[in-house]
Amino acid sequence: MLQIKNLTKIYDGGVKALDNVSFDVPDGQFLAVIGLSGSGKSTLLRCINRLIEPTDGQILWNGEDITKATPEEMRRIRRKIGMVFQHFNLVHRSKVITNVLAGRLGYTNPAWGLVNRFPKSDIEKAIKQLERVGIADKANHRADELSGGQQQRVGIARALMQDPEMILADEPVASLDPVLAHSIMKHLEDINDSDGVTVLCSLHFLDLVHRYADRVVALNQGQLVFEGLPKEIDDKKFKDIYGRDAERVG
Amino acid sequence: MNNQKASPWKSIKLGLSVLFGLIVFAYGFQITKVNLEELRSETRQESLVRVTRALANPDLFEYEREEAVINQPFYTPCPENATVPTSDESGAYIVVTPACANPGEIVTVEGFNFAPYSIGPVRFVPGSDITNIVTLGRENAETDGNGHFVLEMEIPDRPSDDVQYIRATIRTNVGSPHLTKTAYDTWEKIVETVFLALLATVFGTLFAVPLSFIAARNLMKPVRSPLTSLSFSLLGWPIGMAVGIFIVRLVSQFIAPFTSNLLVNILLVLIVPALLSVVIRWALPEEDTTIPTSGLRATRFIVLVIATLIGFVWMYQFSALLMNSGNLIAPKLGVFTFLGYFLVQIGDIFQVSIPVVGALAAGSVAGNFFGKLGQNISEKLNSGTVKIINLVSSATAGATVFGLIGWLVEWLYQLGRPEYTQTGPIVIGALLGLLLALTTKPKDTLPTGLVIYYVTRTILNTLRSVEALVMAIVFVIAVGIGPFAGVMALGLHTIVSLAKLYSEQVESIQAGPLEAITATGANRLQTIIYAVVPQIVPPYISYTMYRWDINVRMSTIIGFVGGGGIGFLLQQNINLLNYRAASAQMIAIAIVVSLMDYISSVMREKVV
Ligand SMILES: Nc1ncnc2c1ncn2[C@@H]1O[C@H](COP(=O)(O)OP(=O)(O)OP(=O)(O)O)[C@@H](O)[C@H]1O
Ligand SMILES: [Mg+2]
Repeated sequence: MLQIKNLTKIYDGGVKALDNVSFDVPDGQFLAVIGLSGSGKSTLLRCINRLIEPTDGQILWNGEDITKATPEEMRRIRRKIGMVFQHFNLVHRSKVITNVLAGRLGYTNPAWGLVNRFPKSDIEKAIKQLERVGIADKANHRADELSGGQQQRVGIARALMQDPEMILADEPVASLDPVLAHSIMKHLEDINDSDGVTVLCSLHFLDLVHRYADRVVALNQGQLVFEGLPKEIDDKKFKDIYGRDAERVG
Repeated sequence: MNNQKASPWKSIKLGLSVLFGLIVFAYGFQITKVNLEELRSETRQESLVRVTRALANPDLFEYEREEAVINQPFYTPCPENATVPTSDESGAYIVVTPACANPGEIVTVEGFNFAPYSIGPVRFVPGSDITNIVTLGRENAETDGNGHFVLEMEIPDRPSDDVQYIRATIRTNVGSPHLTKTAYDTWEKIVETVFLALLATVFGTLFAVPLSFIAARNLMKPVRSPLTSLSFSLLGWPIGMAVGIFIVRLVSQFIAPFTSNLLVNILLVLIVPALLSVVIRWALPEEDTTIPTSGLRATRFIVLVIATLIGFVWMYQFSALLMNSGNLIAPKLGVFTFLGYFLVQIGDIFQVSIPVVGALAAGSVAGNFFGKLGQNISEKLNSGTVKIINLVSSATAGATVFGLIGWLVEWLYQLGRPEYTQTGPIVIGALLGLLLALTTKPKDTLPTGLVIYYVTRTILNTLRSVEALVMAIVFVIAVGIGPFAGVMALGLHTIVSLAKLYSEQVESIQAGPLEAITATGANRLQTIIYAVVPQIVPPYISYTMYRWDINVRMSTIIGFVGGGGIGFLLQQNINLLNYRAASAQMIAIAIVVSLMDYISSVMREKVV
């Protein structure tokens, strides 16, 4: 169970990206985070694994306060939280397999990193994850030789390497075409369904939300403006989330 | 364009500024002693011609020479009763017409049967001693295809009743040309030059790479630590380093009796790593899926400490092995003796650096450990307690750091004034520490990374503005004339300039992968290895090649100030007016520099 309590983030320049946000996510839920560009979706997701330091508030995960964790505790927490990014964030010049293995870094001893060494079991595991997302044949290609959809699969394989209990996906399909978008979303759905991994996924398209999400939270200028089931988003709620002048498309 | 209104004031300003410019220019001319008359003067032009000719004729090849020396008896003035000598026409000979003459008269000297196309002087030998090497007058003879020459010479004012001589010394080149001593010296020095540049580049790169990470803003900015952790870590470093040096001393004393035997060396050097690898595999498991208990952690730590001690034993044995085997084989290697001495030297350097390694290792372990302790204290205890701990630890840390700086100053300058180098700094450090602890909220994090970044950047920028040649002068004073001073100077300059260039590359990497790797739970070291390093390898290689190119250029002139390499020879020859040798060295420099330029550009093209 993930509990967000009165989370506030004020950036150095004074921008209030999150304003007293509170909500809970039960284990195994597929939660969509929606909102306009600049509403604070990325900030929210990054606060959860403290890529961004929250200014105020608490994030409790299975009772442990993530905001108070020491660096060492943070390493242990982060390795259980996989993350998938809009721009994939692969290391371009490294091989696909190395990118996937990097998901294991929270477990491996840093001393062995100096000699670029992973246990055999991890390498087998990496191949298995690549098979699961259907690109095992690309294992020895350089990451930047892959298409966008393939790169995002590598991103998912990397997150899977962490044996995650939760996945944070920040607009995972925003730079992909609709067909690819569905295939990537299906992978996330499968991970959510068969492995019981909690998924927090920010999305721009409501049809994807309706199709994949169990529950939705919506942000507007850093404030939580909606929390509920996808089908509860009626025209009025829609205007609350996206503003008076917004038109529904798709 | 010229649509401004005419104004007398503007014109006056223009006139004044032109005048000012002229004055500056004239002053410049005067202090740089620009004087075209110098160029036009007769002596200057003559020496210019001489130098140019010498430069065009580098001292690289020479022939074995054969000399034909013919002395023709000659009377001046003509004798009254003695007979005029004639020439012996069996071999090479010269005929003087007239056969005798008064001083000051011109005679024709004709040579026959000499080697064809050869040259040499024809001179007057005063006195009756045929072996006299003191001669007067000199004309240059040049034989034709038949070994014949004709020239005219003036008889010097040396009248005598005795016979005197006219001597022709005709020199012929025999065999094929071979290299001169200058050529050999030049070759030797140019090799030294290239290696000087290579060593400086390698050492410079080794140090510049880690430096470039702490001189990169994007990597250092997120590094923040609470005051407790910072001051604990600052205390941990010196304690750890002192302990490290102490332990390494103990190990070296313990191991000293066992280092002289080569067999023991070989045995230990081979066995210890096998043992260590087993131990380290256990103490540093590749992966921890569950959190180890504190008991297990403590055991692992103790095992690692013991492994480190054994590691030091191995290092001492290894250096002893290098030195012993080097000494053993050096006399037996003939031409390759230098390989043996190389081993000895490497072993020596290795041995000297063991205490440094020990101090750094123990310092970083203790610094890290204390830092983590401080971190935990700051996160887990309540604010009031943390504040008190901060006041104490920060004051102690400040006192320690300033005290150490004072000790360094005392050691360097030997002031003998403890109030300036001991009590003073300690009190000031403690007060500053207190002040810092008072002004920061107990659990706030401080931008440690940024402070380190700014300090590093400032040091780098200051050092970078010092010319490598100036550094060479300093090092020549410090370690004496020779290539070692040159390597140190070029190496230092390489470190600071490469660190700057490298760190700019680090700052321009994509942030995405960094973020993604951090999110997996990787620590800073792992993040750098897996997210930063792959992105910077190509520019690093290309900058290193570029720097090697620069170092080759620099090392050719660093000898001018005594830094070794070919510049030393070049400068000597210029000072001795030995322009033909200097020319050989200049040609060598030109060839090496353009070759390096070519190689480095080809290699840069390949990697980027
Ligand atoms: N590093 C930063 N420093 C200062 N302000 C920032 C920073 N990152 C984001 N912001 C601001 O915080 C607000 C929320 O940004 P955030 O990236 O969380 O929005 P988002 O909902 O993810 O938008 P998008 O859909 O475009 O990705 C925006 O106003 C943005 O300008
Ligand atoms: Mg975003």
